[in-house]
Amino acid sequence: MNMQATKKKYDAGVKDYRSTYWEPEYSVKETDILAVFKVIPQDGVPREEAAAAVAAESSTGTWTTVWTDLLTDLDHYKGRAYRIEDVPGQDDAFYAFIAYPADLFEEGSVVNVFTSIVGNVFGFKAVRSLRLEDVRFPIWFVKTCFGPPHGIQVERDKMDKYGRPLLGCTIKPKLGLSAKNYGRAVYEVLRGGLDFSKDDENVNSQPFMRWRDRFLFCQEAIEKAQAETGERKGHYLNVTSGTVEEMFKRAEFAKELGSPIIMSDYLTMGWAAHNSLSKWCRDNGMLLHVHRAMHAVMDRNPNHGINFRVLAKLLRLLGGDHLHSGTVVGKLEGDRNATLGWINLMRDKFIPEDRSMGVFFDQDWGAMPGVFPVASGGIHVWHMPALVSIFGNDSVLQFGGGTLGHPWGNAAGAAANRVALEACVQARNEGRELEKEGKEILTAAAKHSPELKAAMETWKEIKFEFDTVDKLDVQHR
Amino acid sequence: MSTIQDYPSRLSDPASRKMETFSYLPEMTKDQIRAQVQWIVDNGWNPAIEHTEPENAMDYYWYMWKLPMFGETDVDAILAEIEECHTANPKHHVRLLGYDNFTQSQGANMVVHRGKMV
Repeated sequence: MNMQATKKKYDAGVKDYRSTYWEPEYSVKETDILAVFKVIPQDGVPREEAAAAVAAESSTGTWTTVWTDLLTDLDHYKGRAYRIEDVPGQDDAFYAFIAYPADLFEEGSVVNVFTSIVGNVFGFKAVRSLRLEDVRFPIWFVKTCFGPPHGIQVERDKMDKYGRPLLGCTIKPKLGLSAKNYGRAVYEVLRGGLDFSKDDENVNSQPFMRWRDRFLFCQEAIEKAQAETGERKGHYLNVTSGTVEEMFKRAEFAKELGSPIIMSDYLTMGWAAHNSLSKWCRDNGMLLHVHRAMHAVMDRNPNHGINFRVLAKLLRLLGGDHLHSGTVVGKLEGDRNATLGWINLMRDKFIPEDRSMGVFFDQDWGAMPGVFPVASGGIHVWHMPALVSIFGNDSVLQFGGGTLGHPWGNAAGAAANRVALEACVQARNEGRELEKEGKEILTAAAKHSPELKAAMETWKEIKFEFDTVDKLDVQHR
Repeated sequence: MSTIQDYPSRLSDPASRKMETFSYLPEMTKDQIRAQVQWIVDNGWNPAIEHTEPENAMDYYWYMWKLPMFGETDVDAILAEIEECHTANPKHHVRLLGYDNFTQSQGANMVVHRGKMV
């Protein structure tokens, strides 16, 4: 169809998307929001048409021409598919690169951007499946977003902890403890040497333990452990609740008690609610730990959904001081290079395109602070050398069962982890290779720590060796 | 299963107080301290020394020993400064810092002489 002929006239009917939304000659602007989707089209749909359809449906287009299209300058507003690439090792899929002009979006609204680019298009019939692999946020958008309430550097200053990863522990059993028994478990792990303990994601305010009782007992646990050890401590008080009003009520009470940190679940709570809480945290000097319950619903299927690197980037924009990132070595899913890719996206100022890490675009965060990645789930002292090596200093390592399951109890379990952590950091600083010499390093440290020795005997045999479902796209899986 | 041991930390026992990074390990030997100084130098951080009475160890601000040693890369010179601070303040905790001016944080922070806890 001749573009010039249709430009000024209303021509009702269904057009090929590619006539309007496929522009391989388009040169990307610095102000564009860029997205890359992995697309598996329906049989018989050409790649260019499928890519253009995704661009259209996630920006200005609809399935048919409408006369009101002619009332605006669509060229200024439309998304464009500008590149198509093969997916390594997967013949039926391809990557579609799409550029969205700045003026399509509301400043500072992550909600608006995602309602647009992943809003309707995932149910679109022309594609069999669709996965948002990465998004490049231009600096104008980054600067209009709120970002972490404090960030890594300020949290280190507030907690007075430097030169090592922070240590945490999720209190177990997840559900069913009374507030006083729960506070006991918190006190024990903190006095044993952890920096933080954590409410589990589904600990809100159930009949067995109402939130206010939990907050009060946990606060006494923190204060006593601080006096006893001479170190600063915190417990992530989960303020996630059924309404925003209730959430703020709990956050205010945590502040009144003097708690240094609260916690939310940004996916189940909703991004707007989370963004409001994050702003409240900066205004009130409260650190914000962010859990990612429900993420695997979106990010685990390699062909459909949203890659976690996108969910991590949008959390940095919404604001959070900690975010669960996967462990690589524990019980939960996580490819090593892909995980390294998104922990860099959480922490660094500028992350260059690097396909070997699953990073499709350069990402410049300007002055936006970084988020601590949190490694949590199925890890114990034997994983410590690998964790320190993979995550480096700017991370929170959380051992739940790996602390509470110690044969002598929580305090001993915490001390074992703290000794193992410090021994690994010391050895790394001395130039030793942690992942090669891990066993010798831990064994030597255990000579001075009966708690570590007992932990090493308890967990020696536990391994999680299931294959990863969501791997990076490479030629030979 | 091994016999259960008590965890001997007490509010009433000053020896239970810790001092952050490396305070759960035995005191470092001279060689171990040297290796940590080398790590600070190798990272391009600016070494600095601080000290305090053990009873004030939980304060954010300890006494600064002179000024941070901006640009100092001589490990022996840094070690000598640590010893000078320790000799002048024998009952104090002395800690070694590595200021990272790019992150505006401290890349390293560890107590290298432990005062007697009170």
